[in-house]
Amino acid sequence: MLLKIEPRSEPSKTMKYMSPLIAAILMLISGLIIFTLLGKNPVEAFHAFFIEPVNDLYGIGELFIKASPLMLIGTGLAIGFRASIWNIGAEGQLAVGALFGGYIAIIFNDSNSFFILPLMILAGAAGGIVWASIPAFLKTVFNANEILVSLMLNYVAILLLALLVHGPLRDPDGYGFPQSVLFADSAILPILIEGTRFHAGVLVACAGVVIGWIFLLKSFTGFQIQVAGLAQKAASYAGFQYKKLIWIGLLSGGVTAGIAGVLEIAGPIGQLLPSVSPGYGYAAIIVAFVGRLHPGGIFLSSLLMALLYLGGESGQMNLDLPAAVTGIFQGLLLFYLLAADFLINYRIRITTPQQEAI
Amino acid sequence: MDFDIFIHILIAAIAAGTPFVYAALGELITEKSGVLNLGVEGMMLVGAISGFIAMAKTGSILVAVLCGMTAGALMAGIFAVLTLTLMANQVASGLALTIFGVGMSAFLGLKYTSIALPGVPEIHIPILSNIPVVGQLFFSHDMLIYCSGALFVAISWFLYKSKSGLILRGIGEAPKSAHALGYNVIKIRYMAVLFGGAMAGLGGTYLSIAYTPMWVEGMVAGRGWVSLALVVFATWRPARVMLGAYLFGAITIAQFHIQGFGIDIPAQLLSMLPYVATIVVLVFISRDQNTIRLNSPASLGITYHPNVQ
Repeated sequence: MLLKIEPRSEPSKTMKYMSPLIAAILMLISGLIIFTLLGKNPVEAFHAFFIEPVNDLYGIGELFIKASPLMLIGTGLAIGFRASIWNIGAEGQLAVGALFGGYIAIIFNDSNSFFILPLMILAGAAGGIVWASIPAFLKTVFNANEILVSLMLNYVAILLLALLVHGPLRDPDGYGFPQSVLFADSAILPILIEGTRFHAGVLVACAGVVIGWIFLLKSFTGFQIQVAGLAQKAASYAGFQYKKLIWIGLLSGGVTAGIAGVLEIAGPIGQLLPSVSPGYGYAAIIVAFVGRLHPGGIFLSSLLMALLYLGGESGQMNLDLPAAVTGIFQGLLLFYLLAADFLINYRIRITTPQQEAI
Repeated sequence: MDFDIFIHILIAAIAAGTPFVYAALGELITEKSGVLNLGVEGMMLVGAISGFIAMAKTGSILVAVLCGMTAGALMAGIFAVLTLTLMANQVASGLALTIFGVGMSAFLGLKYTSIALPGVPEIHIPILSNIPVVGQLFFSHDMLIYCSGALFVAISWFLYKSKSGLILRGIGEAPKSAHALGYNVIKIRYMAVLFGGAMAGLGGTYLSIAYTPMWVEGMVAGRGWVSLALVVFATWRPARVMLGAYLFGAITIAQFHIQGFGIDIPAQLLSMLPYVATIVVLVFISRDQNTIRLNSPASLGITYHPNVQ
């Protein structure tokens, strides 16, 4: 008996949708193995990691809170990734968005106007755009690699946020702690489901996903992006302006990351801190890929990734599992997906030597 | 500026530049074969913690170095299977490797955060180290720094004077032609990727056992990404990689000395320096598209498999 790999005559549609599922299942199996290696009862650990966090209404609320920034940023990044424009600076764009939005909340801290929150979200979007336009500008004008530039700007943005929260934006009555004043109620996203922390920002994120879906799959620019990603030469023969697509590809990630930053500080955090994200900007890259760069898929994969975050916290509290396990799961998920994607273009056939001879 | 201080900064810059030397020279070999591995940061992190654990357990520098290199190569092996055998996208696979490496190293290092290691002793080469200035600059370092110099010489010779180096470069330029000539493109690319991983692991190990002999989560702090930028900055030439590595070593060191000169700048602004410098350098070198096009391996980042047309 032999395993034979042969190319498919055309890419398998079934496998295209199956491979994220295969990746998720392989990740769960790896989870059981990792838990066992750590000396935990695998069933118990599995329950604590993947089921306990979401077995009540509060947990479901938490799941959506964690998924919101991921689905939002994932959608924005997917638009760029489709055109092979690699914005991996979402973590920094999120931080600058939080900074801009947080600044609004701080200067209007004694106002209870209805317009504070919309203003914060606009400011956050502007912050993300500002930060994402740096790699876009340097790429279009100086041909500088957007992967490296956007990544470097993550470090710069996080340092910038830390600098300002330690300095001018620090709460003057905060005993010197590096944190801003607590935001006024007018700058906090209202809770929509009582007994949970499910806030209005989740709807903002879902709306972002829908807008991204319409833009990507129904608009002409979205079509151009897809063509550019599949066949750049064809796109340039058709007269599509690649530079314009670079701007759109990077700024879409910037806008969504900036807004996600505001959702964090106006949601679960409620003030500006030196660090406002547990790596959502990086995790959203995985979310985008696992969601097949499709907003619908991204919505689902963001829930899975959010569960990994919640599971990490729950496992740490209940079973003394190290929180770093979450990072390993995230990496493994993407590895498995990339490996399973092989089956989109190839199939494995089991043959016997006799068949082989014929 | 006092001349002695200047010499001290230069010496410190060489030590600070050494992780870049290892990681960037390794990535240079990988990229010369036509493969772009963006996972350097992850490989350095896993190399750093593996080398650190080995050093803490055995106290042997050699064992630590070997463990760090093996860990880096194992990480690169995952990337190689994904991109070379399963033909996955190199950019996505490299990003996955870094994300995985960040989590993996944090996990492995949980029990090692509060341990300090003795460091790696300096070896003063007899007679030569007594030469004023030159002796201090070039002959009074730890063993791993001498090794990084030797690595540079070896790689320069390999790439431009040996037949194998010519084959490697040929594969990076035109894998189809190399295959037609009978070379096993995939096998050679595997070796180049594994070598790059081992060197990234060694660079990480240098950080954790010699440069700052302790383990801090995420201690590589972007050096892997800077190394990737250095390869571009060097237009894929080893001598310029060295120049860039020490230049960035100096920038890393500068942030500690600027405050020493009585200039009052917030620490966070100074910490931004290496990252901003990387962007400036990238812009400077990339603005002429022809320089990049003529110097980068022609098949860089493009998936190739002999059985697939």
